[in-house]
Amino acid sequence: MCLAVPAKVIELKENRGIVDLAGVRREADFSLLPEVKVGDWVIIHAGFAIEKYSEEEAQETLRLISEMLDASGE
Amino acid sequence: MLPESRFRSEKLAKALVSRIEALAIRLKRKINIMEVCGTHTMAIARYGIRSLLPKNIHLISGPGCPVCVTDEGYIDTALELAKSGKVKITTFGDMMRVPGSDGDSLSDYSDRVKVVYSPQDALSFAKETNEPVVFLAVGFETTAPTVAATVLLARKQNIQNFSILSAHKLIPPAMEALLSAGKAKIDAFICPGHVSTIIGSKPYEPLAAKYKTPCVVTGFEPLDILQAISMILSQTLSNRSDVEIQYRRVVNPDGNPKALEVMYSVFEVENASWRGIGEIPKTGLRVKDEFKEYDAERKFSIKVHPKGKSDKRCICGLIMQGLRPPPNCKLFGKECTPTKPVGPCMVSSEGSCAAFYKYSRDDHSLTHRKYVRRNSTKTRQ
Repeated sequence: MCLAVPAKVIELKENRGIVDLAGVRREADFSLLPEVKVGDWVIIHAGFAIEKYSEEEAQETLRLISEMLDASGE
Repeated sequence: MLPESRFRSEKLAKALVSRIEALAIRLKRKINIMEVCGTHTMAIARYGIRSLLPKNIHLISGPGCPVCVTDEGYIDTALELAKSGKVKITTFGDMMRVPGSDGDSLSDYSDRVKVVYSPQDALSFAKETNEPVVFLAVGFETTAPTVAATVLLARKQNIQNFSILSAHKLIPPAMEALLSAGKAKIDAFICPGHVSTIIGSKPYEPLAAKYKTPCVVTGFEPLDILQAISMILSQTLSNRSDVEIQYRRVVNPDGNPKALEVMYSVFEVENASWRGIGEIPKTGLRVKDEFKEYDAERKFSIKVHPKGKSDKRCICGLIMQGLRPPPNCKLFGKECTPTKPVGPCMVSSEGSCAAFYKYSRDDHSLTHRKYVRRNSTKTRQ
């Protein structure tokens, strides 16, 4: 039930907006996440944006795992 | 491309599995890692994570499925409201087939019940009808702020025929209750990614320190779960019991302060009854007095009576405490299946029994331990 998915903010007007959710556009509420702008990636749960999605952190996590790959010599 | 698909790389998963194997050899003992989120339960089953792990690394499922832990008495009250014919019930789909004390479920009264994707859809529905609309407010800290925001919107827009029946629950105090009961041997926690999106990682710090239990806030892709296991093993080997965030692309230590502010403006903490487990102090959320007109219990003068009746043979309660694996239940895969569920762990798509049935049912005669061992052997061959 705590399923939440990343989506890209397409339109924003006060607390309401449109997000692109895996190619599907749908309405979302931004009252729990006021500091967002068009183009940001966010996490959507039950129709609400609940947090920003950090691409930098995503890449950093993948980099750390890739280092393991190098260390294992594969 | 979905950004999350990068976290399903087979090549990187193999690197993590090699790392876990190396750490597990050094550990030289068995370790039980509990996840307390239904989405993790499903991801672990779907991606076959158990089959990738060395035999001394055990993953056990805790009470992480909100539908599963919702007391029968709550379902009975929702059914009572639906049967009264005086209100329309709105709910997330997962609640539809959960049996109440008499074995009936909301799906038996579908003309009085509407399934919604968001609490705001329930509010929109209230605007379209003159009938009273009750939303079944079930879920953990991830969901409670969205319901609170909807109550605030209802007040702002002066929608008077909307109310909620709260069964919201809090995860960290429930984790502490499991640790203090000491029934299940829990060596570490895979902490819920989206609950932690709201509450942050700090609420786990007292229990990690007090019970010397490593906690890693984890994402939901295979690489996330494998990396979290590797982080837990590293902590254990160096005698640390810290709170770490693996799911850094979404979670920060303070969580989402705005969401917490909204949640606690509408709700206050109370004791809560967990299905199959019993009452756990300070793990529930009730509507504050200043929003009582949005509280279905007060609006319709009804009272949720905890501990309704359930099929005595169902061991959901033990399964959700990590004490027994699903195949240990006599009903599992026989009288209790996803198409004809007896207990809530089989009803919800995120329940431990549903996950086990869907992805591992060929092994349902095996105990969990044997299941893990057999699959580990297969991997090594």
